[in-house]
Amino acid sequence: MEVTLTVNGTAHALDVPDNMLLVEVLRERLRLTGTHVGCDTSQCGACVVHMDGCAVKSCTVLAGQADGADVTTIEGIGAPDDLHPMQAAFRECHALQCGFCTPGMIMAAIDLVNTTEHLDEQAVREGLEGNLCRCTGYHNIVRAVLAARDVM
Amino acid sequence: MYRFNYQKAASVAEAASLLDGAEDGVYLAGGMTLIPTLKARLASPTDVIDLGAIDGMADISVGDTVRIGALARHAEVAASAAVRGAIPALADLAGLIGDAHVRNRGTLGGSVANSDPAADYPAAVLALNAVVHTDRRAIAADDFFKGLFQTALEPGEIVKSLAFRIPRRAAYAKFPNPASRYAIVGVMVADFGAAEVRVGVTGAGACAFRSAELERALAGGLAAEALADVTIPYDGFNSDIHASAEYRGHLVAVMARRAVAAAIS
Ligand SMILES: Cc1cc2nc3c(=O)[nH]c(=O)nc-3n(C[C@H](O)[C@H](O)[C@H](O)COP(=O)(O)OP(=O)(O)OC[C@H]3O[C@@H](n4cnc5c(N)ncnc54)[C@H](O)[C@@H]3O)c2cc1C
Ligand code: FES
Ligand code: FES
Repeated sequence: MEVTLTVNGTAHALDVPDNMLLVEVLRERLRLTGTHVGCDTSQCGACVVHMDGCAVKSCTVLAGQADGADVTTIEGIGAPDDLHPMQAAFRECHALQCGFCTPGMIMAAIDLVNTTEHLDEQAVREGLEGNLCRCTGYHNIVRAVLAARDVM
Repeated sequence: MYRFNYQKAASVAEAASLLDGAEDGVYLAGGMTLIPTLKARLASPTDVIDLGAIDGMADISVGDTVRIGALARHAEVAASAAVRGAIPALADLAGLIGDAHVRNRGTLGGSVANSDPAADYPAAVLALNAVVHTDRRAIAADDFFKGLFQTALEPGEIVKSLAFRIPRRAAYAKFPNPASRYAIVGVMVADFGAAEVRVGVTGAGACAFRSAELERALAGGLAAEALADVTIPYDGFNSDIHASAEYRGHLVAVMARRAVAAAIS
């Protein structure tokens, strides 16, 4: 099956198996391994990317469903010497330990800030319901998102 | 996942004919239930027919009823000013489903077609006396949910939209599973005036149902006192690692009281 998709601003035309997942396209075909697979059962949010502007779990989207879509991954939001404000806030607030959940957390948090009018601590905690972190206990993640909110 | 053929339908008619021509086909909407099911190899269809590109099937309009296309995503219903204006409880319910990413993909049609015992929308379909419009007919809410993952839908039948009646007031109260956010028990209470109160319950039984006990108790009008002594027979309720049948019976009464309190506040 032929699919075309724009990832981080670059258009790609790819021939993929019908049962391929968006996350497999990203990681295995485009070698964008910043997007992680944690649970592979739609629970953990490690695989969150933006598809046409919305945060989605890319382990639960078929490549065919993403045909024609505009996808942004963690690689597309900033560079090591020019971090996205959310990345900078995660670093500043020590919002990661092992870092496994971080790409999904950051993509989810950016969508949350972009789509929520009055984002307070409670709204951040509820908004990140779909992202699990096994290390940090969430407090510093919440602090980072609130800090990024103020500068985004 | 087993191999399958993926096809994207451009219209309802094309989707139906693709399914007809498939050896063992299944429709795909948001995929938030179907894709995990395929990964777990609980289903192995030969063909997956994607409804997602069908035009006009995600529309929301408000007239005598609130009409919502089957492809409307939970996040769209939760954020819809039209839905919130007419039936705030319905927008609230959509915003309580799963997590933000699930709401960005999951659809109304997928939720009702699936009839998961712990899904939220079925409680609203029953309490708001919705009509399920398919490519073949209109099905009344009371005739729709048939059992565990069972509905009145025939093989290949496509849900196109749902029309929810607009109540005078309504509210949904949910006791979510803290991990998955699915309803351990959810209760929607809807007051249509003229002594007509409907109560939809999800999470407790094999599928969503109306509670005769609660509707009888509330027939005189929505009042917190009306439910003070109500007890819910829990025989046949779901009993699992999350909650026993008896506890679910207790929760139905508690959620009903919370829904009534929210509806009249
Ligand atoms: C982590 C997680 C948490 C969740 N939490 C909740 C929750 O708290 N409450 C809740 O209610 N749900 C919850 N869900 C389920 C979610 O709401 C699903 O989106 C929904 O049940 C199915 O909708 P879908 O569009 O994804 O359908 P799909 O997965 O695409 O399809 C589901 C089934 O419906 C059929 N179908 C789909 N559309 C149609 C149609 N138009 N006509 C006929 N048949 C159709 C498909 O063939 C399939 O059998 C959760 C899911 C996940 C992954
Ligand atoms: S890997 Fe996608 S939700 Fe966990
Ligand atoms: S930092 Fe390790 S899982 Fe979140």
